Amino acid sequence: MERYTLGILVNNHPGVLSRVVGLFSRRGYNIDSLSVGETENPDISRITCVVTGDRQIVEQIEKQVAKLVDVINVMELSIQGSIQCELVLVKVCTTPTTRAAVVELSEIFKAKIVDVTESTLSLQLTGNLDKIASFLHLARPYGIAELVRTGITAMQRGSQAIVNGKDAD
Amino acid sequence: MKLNGAGIIVECLKEQGVDTIFGFPGGAVLNTYDALYKNKEFIRHILTAHEQGASHAADGYARATGKVGVVFATSGPGATNLVTGLATAYMDSIPVVAFTGNVSTTLLGRDSFQEVDITGITMPITKHNYIVKDVDRLADTIREAFHIAQEGRPGPVLIDVPKDVSAAMAEYVPMERKSFSPSFEAVKPSAIEKTIRLLKESTRPMLYVGGGVIRSSAQKELAEFIEKIDTPMGVSLMGNGAVYSDNPRFTGMIGMHGTRVSNIAVNNCDLLLVVGARFSDRVVSKASAFARKAKVIQIDVDPAEINKNISTFHHVIGDVKVVLSILNSKISEPLEHSAWMEQIALWKREYPMKISGETRRPREILQALSQVLPPSAVIVTEVGQHQMWAAQFYNHSPEGRFLTSGGLGTMGYGTGAAMGAQFGCPDRRVVNVAGDGSFRMNCNELATIARYRIPLVILVMNNHTLGMVRQWQTLFYEQRYSETTLDTDINWVKLADAYGVHGMYLSTEDDPAAVLSAAIALNAPVVVDCEIPLDNMVYPMVAPGASIDDMIEETND
Repeated sequence: MERYTLGILVNNHPGVLSRVVGLFSRRGYNIDSLSVGETENPDISRITCVVTGDRQIVEQIEKQVAKLVDVINVMELSIQGSIQCELVLVKVCTTPTTRAAVVELSEIFKAKIVDVTESTLSLQLTGNLDKIASFLHLARPYGIAELVRTGITAMQRGSQAIVNGKDAD
Repeated sequence: MKLNGAGIIVECLKEQGVDTIFGFPGGAVLNTYDALYKNKEFIRHILTAHEQGASHAADGYARATGKVGVVFATSGPGATNLVTGLATAYMDSIPVVAFTGNVSTTLLGRDSFQEVDITGITMPITKHNYIVKDVDRLADTIREAFHIAQEGRPGPVLIDVPKDVSAAMAEYVPMERKSFSPSFEAVKPSAIEKTIRLLKESTRPMLYVGGGVIRSSAQKELAEFIEKIDTPMGVSLMGNGAVYSDNPRFTGMIGMHGTRVSNIAVNNCDLLLVVGARFSDRVVSKASAFARKAKVIQIDVDPAEINKNISTFHHVIGDVKVVLSILNSKISEPLEHSAWMEQIALWKREYPMKISGETRRPREILQALSQVLPPSAVIVTEVGQHQMWAAQFYNHSPEGRFLTSGGLGTMGYGTGAAMGAQFGCPDRRVVNVAGDGSFRMNCNELATIARYRIPLVILVMNNHTLGMVRQWQTLFYEQRYSETTLDTDINWVKLADAYGVHGMYLSTEDDPAAVLSAAIALNAPVVVDCEIPLDNMVYPMVAPGASIDDMIEETND
């Protein structure tokens, strides 16, 4: 079982997300994360979907998703060949004695301090899954009061882009 | 020209060449039914007893004619009553366009009277669906829906039209129907070449043919192809009628109720060429044992079918008719597999379909039906034992049609589908081979059959039980017949009479050919109650999970 990232271009219509997500659930494919938003063309939205499965399952997912009328294109984005990142908001518990250490940790990870109270420090962090995992690993001993993640969003490296055309085969 | 939404719906149907629709009116479609009333001379609306019957009728019409079947229903329960029919059409890839009404856009989402989210409900069972909230989008949506229903792998499409949209006025600009034919260019030459090379290398090729051949009208190309490459051919349930059942190359069905010859051939061939079929679990049974000595090549219009249930060695994506005609033109020298064909002939002699007390009567009835009907006849079935007997024992023909709910297995499908088929093909004889369990599900459509004097013959294979479920209870549940015995003796002849339809009775002693030809000669709606023994079985049978060449045979007597 491996982790795969799919970039899916869809018509920016109401209900399209539920068509894609519904397909995943009824065919028994698990979604690890999902992010969606408008593209440079306001008629088109882009979904980034991270799934776990074997090669055959992921090929099936791609083909089944490609069959949806509102889906313009589906492409697998490899870890090496793409830029992948996620935005995380995390509220770390602090005391007067631990605050400095948490600030230092946030600096190492280039996290932005977005809110502060006597007992918490709210951080905004971006990065790939590995970076976020290691930050959370290091922050956990201080206590995490709240964690919100957007899910991975990804695009290909280089000048290539996912184009608006379905492959024939 | 300015029209209201309802008028636009009707004009768009005319654009698409639709002259027959099936449906049932209601509050949310009053505008549409008003427009239909004004267009009676162009579009014939068939009023069914229940929306489910209408949905199956649209499906049967589409299967019998190859055109798009159209069904109308109102909002709420009208719309939900279409669900089984749409799912049936979806599983068997049938082009159907369903129109539903809905409450006005201002009332949507408020749990209004007869409101239901039918686009949400039908998302998994339609190829695509729409709710049209802007009358200016209505005409193009309908055109797109008809295109989607027919293009590539066909399927049902639903259009939900809120009541205020059917009332709102908009400019209607007529458009020519976009005609389209499957593309030759889309088929990869390299895929064709490799297929031919593999065929030439093979010494024991076998074809597994499914409903895709019927859907793309590739019967002629297929007949030429199997001659050219000198191969035996088995079918899925949906592939029945792809070639004549008495074609010496035809080995019968593959799978759970397939022939022993087909199943042995699949597991002993060195190349399995799959044409317009999808490796249903009813065919494959135990996947790891299926065609274990063969390289599998799959020809299908839908790329998502490749490697879905069975891993293939090679595939060709394209319309089956197009791919077969390219293959026929590219194979200059006919191939020869005489040793393998001899082996097939030997197996055929060694393993004929056995005739015993457990299958004799249904076989007699279906063979008699084959005798008294022309090859162009349309045979429709319900779901269960009678369906399998009709598949096994009726003499199918590419001139005729075999309409059956293969994927979803919908009991109650046949009566509506047969009505639709008869409306689509008024010059053909249409016979619904039913079981008593299935027929009672939608026999309310006798009202429709009587109203329109549809000259259908309905054979009720009456064993007073839910026979297929009973068969499983006999074989796998130690004869605990839980809720399968239908011991209320319905007098089907009297029921038919109550609807104003002929009723006939065929006892186990009567000559079926005599009774059936009399029924057909009536040229009028008729229900024939065919008595069959309670414990008749469908054989051979592959137990669930077993390899397909591990078959339960009937006992000789």
